[in-house]
Amino acid sequence: MTLPDVRGDFPILTRQARGGRRLNYLDSAATSHQPEQVLEAQDEFIREHYGAVGRGAHLLAEEATEAVDSARRDIARFVGADAGEIVWAANATSAINLVAAGIGAASQGIGGVEAGRFALAEGDEIVVTQTEHHANLIPWQILARRAGAALRWIPLDNDGRLGLDDLAGIVGERTKVVAFQHASNVTGVIHPVSTIVERAHAVGALTVLDACQSVPHLPIDFPALGVDFAAFSAHKMLGPTGIGALYGRRELLDTLPPAVYGGSTVKTVTMTETTWLDAPAKFEAGSQPVVQAVGFGAAVRYLSDLGREDTETRDRDLAERLRRGVSSIEGVRLLGPIGGADEPVIGLAAVHVEGVHPHDVGQVLDDAGIAVRVGHHCAQPLHVRLGVPSSTRASTQVYTTDDDIDEFLEALDGVRGFFKAGGSS
Amino acid sequence: MSGLEQMYQQVIIDHARERHGHGLADSPGRMGESFQVNPVCGDEVRLRVAVEGDRIASVTWEGHGCSISQASVSVLHDLIEGRTLHDASEVAAAFRALMDARGEPPDSTTENLLGDGAAFAGVGRYPARIKCALLGWMALKDALIQVEKEKT
Repeated sequence: MTLPDVRGDFPILTRQARGGRRLNYLDSAATSHQPEQVLEAQDEFIREHYGAVGRGAHLLAEEATEAVDSARRDIARFVGADAGEIVWAANATSAINLVAAGIGAASQGIGGVEAGRFALAEGDEIVVTQTEHHANLIPWQILARRAGAALRWIPLDNDGRLGLDDLAGIVGERTKVVAFQHASNVTGVIHPVSTIVERAHAVGALTVLDACQSVPHLPIDFPALGVDFAAFSAHKMLGPTGIGALYGRRELLDTLPPAVYGGSTVKTVTMTETTWLDAPAKFEAGSQPVVQAVGFGAAVRYLSDLGREDTETRDRDLAERLRRGVSSIEGVRLLGPIGGADEPVIGLAAVHVEGVHPHDVGQVLDDAGIAVRVGHHCAQPLHVRLGVPSSTRASTQVYTTDDDIDEFLEALDGVRGFFKAGGSS
Repeated sequence: MSGLEQMYQQVIIDHARERHGHGLADSPGRMGESFQVNPVCGDEVRLRVAVEGDRIASVTWEGHGCSISQASVSVLHDLIEGRTLHDASEVAAAFRALMDARGEPPDSTTENLLGDGAAFAGVGRYPARIKCALLGWMALKDALIQVEKEKT
């Protein structure tokens, strides 16, 4: 099966780019566009069903609650989980912070005896990797400092693959948390989740997966992957901004203490004490972004309808075209391995153009109507490791075509010439 | 000329390549130094000034970044070194105003004042790039504040 041409579903793709040129949007790893189906679902919800979710006894409250519950069920099914294992978060960043802050609270004795399993003590260790997005690095840096734990990391090789030779030396008896990324937003590498999970669980450590870049591209089943927690975000998978999700194994969500406090999370409150509702409610303090949640639900239904295997196959084809293409351009270095059948990568390519700064590369591409991301992509340690301060990244989604890739490759090929010739005269 | 050609004028490309004043130098006089980062891309500039009397005797810098940011610091060096503090702040204000002009070409007074700096008019059309052009100028402003602090 091949993926149908879905560009017609995305209204923004018909607008013009700078200078009246066709818009060639290759920045979906930063944020993706929403199809009509997602826009309509939100619009219809606002116009016809909007009301206070989870409270109130009136018709609208009831319909709004059902719409949001049904979105949660669809998202859970999309990642192989139960609805009770999906917690709303503002985005993947906030989902990761929710886990780190919960562990921090447990380390201070909050959450009672049953939260003791999360508590960190002086001398414990948290393990991350050198490829992490800052969102899955900084929360652990801070938690380590707060709890007196040490932060360690799995190193990267020159191609952006994790160096797992010494995994047993890094993840050991003192390791309490292993937080790592599923797919890299810079190198596109899909990391070997099972190898890391196996080792982490052998030493009794919790695993936290940043699945922000993998869920949009690959069929995912979190329980099958065996991770304890995972974070992902709607706006990278054809949904709106302002909503993401935390997946957590049921028994862990039940005992992890909340770290953001407020209404809709409690069983009983006295002037001095509070008891919590069951997960996921105890983590969702205050009014939630319910319109966005409905949009998120519509986005996973849209992707499911396209077929996860088909979107994955298409993604691999685009990745291969993109990465082979950039690799064949003189003076352009692909960050990460080339990929291919033996080593699939997600649909993106970050490149270093010899002698030209990414901002200048992006500007020349923008002039041709091509939207890419430039900078360090919130992964400074990774860029330092690969020996470049920043890079230029093109990334794909279901609406990306071969022509989009070819046009990008042609424009990229012209960049060094533009600056060598001295721009305009 | 397209917007792109207006931004990357030959004079800008040349400055980005030649980087006047590149390499931090020790100079007599009251010294001030500032380190600035563009958080969007991680570009960095460390700029050092030495002030003798009311004159900026030396402006040197190091750092890395896009052609706009590098060319801008190079032009800054040419424009500011040797000027009085008063004249320097006038030039800095004119450059900032040029960035706020959304691509409008400067009038002849500004053009005379800014010299090669007038070539940056095209950058004003791209809000994301104004920060690049101003990185060195932010460092200058801060470095001069450091000089003042030294005095008191």
